[in-house]
Amino acid sequence: MKYQTQKVAYAYFLCAMGLFGIQVLGGLIAGWIYVSPNFLSEILPFNIIRMIHTNALIVWLLLGFFGAAYFLVPEESEREIYSVKLAYLQLIILVVGTLGAVGSYLVGIHGGREFLEQPLWVKIGILIAALIFLFNISMTVLAGKKTAITNVLLMGLWLLSLLWIFAFINPDNLSLDKMYWWFVIHLWVEATWELVMAAILAFLILKLTGVDREVVEKWLYVIVATALFSGILGTGHHFYWIGLPGYWQWIGSIFSTFEVIPFFLMMSFAFIMVWKGRRNHPNKAALLWSLGTATVAFFGAGVWGFLHTLHGVNFYSHGTQITAAHGHLAFYGAYVALNLAIISYAMPILRGREPYNQVLNMVSFWLMTGGMAFMTFVLTFAGIIQTHMQRVVGDYYMDVQDSLSIFYMMRFGSGAFVVLGALLFIYSMLVVRKREVITPGPANPAPAISVPGE
Amino acid sequence: MAEILTKSRARNIFYAGSLFFVVIFVVLTVHSHYYVVTKSTAGMPLTDEVVLGKHVWERHSCINCHTLHGEGAYFAPELGNVMTRWGVQEDPESAAEVLGIWMESQPSGVDGRRQMPRFVLTPEEVRGLSEFLRWADQTDTQGWPPNDAG
Repeated sequence: MKYQTQKVAYAYFLCAMGLFGIQVLGGLIAGWIYVSPNFLSEILPFNIIRMIHTNALIVWLLLGFFGAAYFLVPEESEREIYSVKLAYLQLIILVVGTLGAVGSYLVGIHGGREFLEQPLWVKIGILIAALIFLFNISMTVLAGKKTAITNVLLMGLWLLSLLWIFAFINPDNLSLDKMYWWFVIHLWVEATWELVMAAILAFLILKLTGVDREVVEKWLYVIVATALFSGILGTGHHFYWIGLPGYWQWIGSIFSTFEVIPFFLMMSFAFIMVWKGRRNHPNKAALLWSLGTATVAFFGAGVWGFLHTLHGVNFYSHGTQITAAHGHLAFYGAYVALNLAIISYAMPILRGREPYNQVLNMVSFWLMTGGMAFMTFVLTFAGIIQTHMQRVVGDYYMDVQDSLSIFYMMRFGSGAFVVLGALLFIYSMLVVRKREVITPGPANPAPAISVPGE
Repeated sequence: MAEILTKSRARNIFYAGSLFFVVIFVVLTVHSHYYVVTKSTAGMPLTDEVVLGKHVWERHSCINCHTLHGEGAYFAPELGNVMTRWGVQEDPESAAEVLGIWMESQPSGVDGRRQMPRFVLTPEEVRGLSEFLRWADQTDTQGWPPNDAG
């Protein structure tokens, strides 16, 4: 660890992983209710469990972003964090708010806008924590060296915090409510979070491959430009059927098609930099997660997003399991895997030891990624059948659902693998084993040409 | 990438282009807001009953099982057109009556069937909720959903 105050990130990553555990266990229970609908139905209904599943996800991803910022900004700005006390105060507010929210959901106190169900005091707490963060990290950057990575990271974090204001705006008119709700939801995950993702990925690639900073940063600006050029008007793909004007069908279809580009560029960027890079970095797990997040984000957010974004398709697929399939792979690829990449990279440094339990970490990558991919496939199949039976033929919802039960069983199975992978990841981060599970071979730089017969 | 695209050029394109798209987005949003208020939702007044119903809808987090205009959880039926499906969209009295009976019959307790919790509502709240769902149903959603199955 080059700067002492980077240690703050350790506490953020621990809390993030704790909530990650809660999130996937919540998902597992929700998946089981699809298989066995009477499970917990009187004590803990599905809507409460889903709230915990989605809210825990959002908060742990944000904690990961904050932790990543506290970890990488000192290295980029070449100075200590402005105030460690404020950083811990921010974390305490967020953790108390999150636990308070989960507690109040369990006793039935919650809002009713999807993903924004936090009670008002928690929402205000999040706002205060975000303001503390922005002040703290901006003071650090302003006093130190400014790089493209900190520029883009800060811009993303400032904008996502500003957009949080719309979490407080809830018009009585349902269609307006929905329109402003997307200002938080879409402009987070398909605009500002992409800036954060691209910045963190650029930092990781810079460290792991040793490619020239100038090259990395140029790519970074091109990636985030394509993200915002497509993502801002791409919001239109949520405006097709909620009472907004018809022109959104064309604007949304065209611009959200372009939303594939930043994800394709991030994937290309990661692989090209690894190809060009001369560094043989010892932390292979962090490299796997970095390439993994870029790749799975391209498929989950890019390909699976495009699959149902054109308005002619979306007219039939809107609000079916196809959306659920896309949502799971996109969040996993773009944001979960990204956080696990920075955690995999930072933890050995924060704990002052060499990369450890890398093999277990890499096993967890394949368990989670394999499980998520399988879940996405079965939900996509379920969604296609649902779309046809319900939207084309006109069969009633529950009749259609009954015929999808085999897919929900397979989804539960794949979810179990994801949970197993998540727990293994947390174990590989927290528990220190004396030796690797598999001893690594000697470093062996690749020759320029392959030798026949070898 | 070509040498003509330097880092500072890429940065300037990013800032200027983003600002350009933000401006377009804001203009379209203002128009959309106006369109919602004056056209797509104007078929039925936004009464106190409808607002009460929206609060009931939110307090019980209906959105985390159901979809409304296709948005929400995919665990339970679409409700944006439920009043049409039940054939009571044009009849507020029957709408409230049918909804009240439905709410009171939950949970069904049928084995192997998804369970809707029992939400204890006052008659005013039931009436508000049914008005809210009727209000949502009359919204011009560009022809969505494709059929009454929702």
